[in-house]
Amino acid sequence: MDYSAKVMDHFSDPRNMGSIENCDGVGEVGNAKCGDIMKIFLKVEEDRIVDVKFQTFGCGAAIASSSMATELIKGKTLKEAWQLSNKAVAEALDGLPPIKMHCSMLAEEAIHEAINDYLRKKGLEPWTE
Amino acid sequence: MTVENRTIYMDNSATTPVRKEVVEEMLPYLTENFGNPSSIYDPGKVSKRAIEEARKKVASAIGAEENEIYFTSGGTESDNWAVKGAAFANTNKGKHIITSSIEHHAVLYACKWLEGQGFEITYLPVDKYGMVSPEDLRNAIRDDTILISLMLANNEIGTIQPVEEIGRIAREKRICFHTDAVQAIGHVPIDVKKMNIDLLSLSGHKFGGPKGCGALYIRKGTKIESLLHGGAQERKRRAGTENVPAIVGLGKAIELAIDELEEENKTLLEMRERLIEGLLKIPKTHLNGHPTERLANNVNVTFEYIEGESLLLLLNAKGIFASTGSACNSTSLEPSHVLTACGVPHEIVHGSLRLSLGRMNTPEEVERVLEVLPEIVQKLRNMSPLTPREYRTL
Repeated sequence: MDYSAKVMDHFSDPRNMGSIENCDGVGEVGNAKCGDIMKIFLKVEEDRIVDVKFQTFGCGAAIASSSMATELIKGKTLKEAWQLSNKAVAEALDGLPPIKMHCSMLAEEAIHEAINDYLRKKGLEPWTE
Repeated sequence: MTVENRTIYMDNSATTPVRKEVVEEMLPYLTENFGNPSSIYDPGKVSKRAIEEARKKVASAIGAEENEIYFTSGGTESDNWAVKGAAFANTNKGKHIITSSIEHHAVLYACKWLEGQGFEITYLPVDKYGMVSPEDLRNAIRDDTILISLMLANNEIGTIQPVEEIGRIAREKRICFHTDAVQAIGHVPIDVKKMNIDLLSLSGHKFGGPKGCGALYIRKGTKIESLLHGGAQERKRRAGTENVPAIVGLGKAIELAIDELEEENKTLLEMRERLIEGLLKIPKTHLNGHPTERLANNVNVTFEYIEGESLLLLLNAKGIFASTGSACNSTSLEPSHVLTACGVPHEIVHGSLRLSLGRMNTPEEVERVLEVLPEIVQKLRNMSPLTPREYRTL
C-alpha cells in the first residue's frame, strides 16, 4: 500500500494511543467488512476536550487516522470536534489511498459516538448532524 | 553485514529472485540470439532450438513428454487455459465442473466466469487444515461432470492435497483432471503419469525463473480449446511470438529446482519447523494449514487481536518482507477466502502472517524474525481494543 510519509509517521509513532480511566465519553465503531475497530476516549472540561486517547484494531491507515484525528480534536470544543470531517483527517495525513478512505470515516464516526456518549451521560440529547 | 542490518525476504510464495545461473542462460537470447523462432533462417532456428531444449527440461521435471508442454505467460494464463479450454472442449459431455473453495483466483474467477456462460460449478469444502476430502469429491461427481480442477499445494497455507488419489478418482470416472501446481514445483516431486494428471499449470518466477513465463502440461489426447488465436506457435494451440529468453530461463530454473529439490527441502523444513515452534510461543497464535502435509517453505500463522497489514508494515520497517491474507492489504476488503474456508473465525481472520522461505534464507534470518516478531505483535496488541488486559503490557 502506497502511504504518504505522514501516514507512516502517525502509524509508526501513534499519538494519544491508550485508554482513559473514568473517561467522560467513549465511542467504539467498526467496519464489519474489513474488520477495523476504533475506540475513542474523551476527557471533557467545560465543553472542551482536554484529553483524548484511542485504541485501534486495523491497518496502517486506520491507526494513522486514529492518531491524526485525536491530534486534531485535542483542546477543541465539543462542537468543533463534532465538525471534524473524515476528509479533513485524510487531508491532514497528506491523503489516503481511495480504498482506505473508509478508515478516516471510522475516525469521524468514533468521535461522534464518543461525543454523544458524553452528552447522554450528561442527560443531554445526542447530536445528529 | 550482520543479520540485524540486512533485509530479510520471506515472501518466496509471491515471487523469487531470478537465479544467477538462469540469468546467464537467458542473456544471449536478449541480445545476440534474438531471432524470431518462427523464422526459417539460422538465427530463428537458434531460438527455436533453445525453446525445444527448455521444453525438454520442463517435461522431464514432471514426467511428461516434450510434446505435452506448452509455454504460456504464467500461472494465470495456464490456469485460465486449462479451466476454460477444457470446459468448452467437453460441452458435448456436460457442463459440470468441480473445484475447491481454496483455489487460486486464477482458477476460481475462471470458474465464476464460466458460470456466466452456463456452466455449473461445485466448490468442494475443505477441512480446518485446508484439505479436500476425496470422499467429498466422489460424492460431487455427476454424469455430466467434465472437469476436476484441484490445486496441488495451496499458495497461502501450503497444504498439499492428496492429488494422487484425486487423479485416480478422476481417471476411474474418465473426467479431465487439472491441477494448479504453481506453488508445488520445486517443493513436491511430481509425476503427471503416476498422479493421473491431464492438465498441470506452472509458473517460472516461483522457482528462480523469470516473471511472465509459465507452462501448461496437456496430456496427449486431452480435449482442450485454445484461448489465443493467431499464429501457429506452440503447435497451433497458443498463438503469439514466444518469449524466448524467459522460456530459456524457465527451462534452466526448473532443471535446477528439480535437481536440488531434496536437499533444499531438508534445509527449508528445518527452518520452517523452527519458525513454527518459535511463533507458536507467542500467546494466542495459531498455525494455519496442515501440520505435516504442507510445503516445506510455508509458515502461516494467525495472531489474535491484531491486523495483518499493520504487522507487515512494522516488519517492513525492520527490513523483513512477508505477506498476509488480511483484506486490508489488498484492493478488496474481503479477508482471505482460503482462511475463511478453513473456518478461521471472523474475528481473527485478519491477523494472519505468511512467511514463505526460499533458498536464500538462512537459520540466522529465522532467528532474527523470531526475535523481532514478538515485540511487533505486542506493540499492536497494546494498541488494539480487542486485546484482553492479560495480553497487554501497557
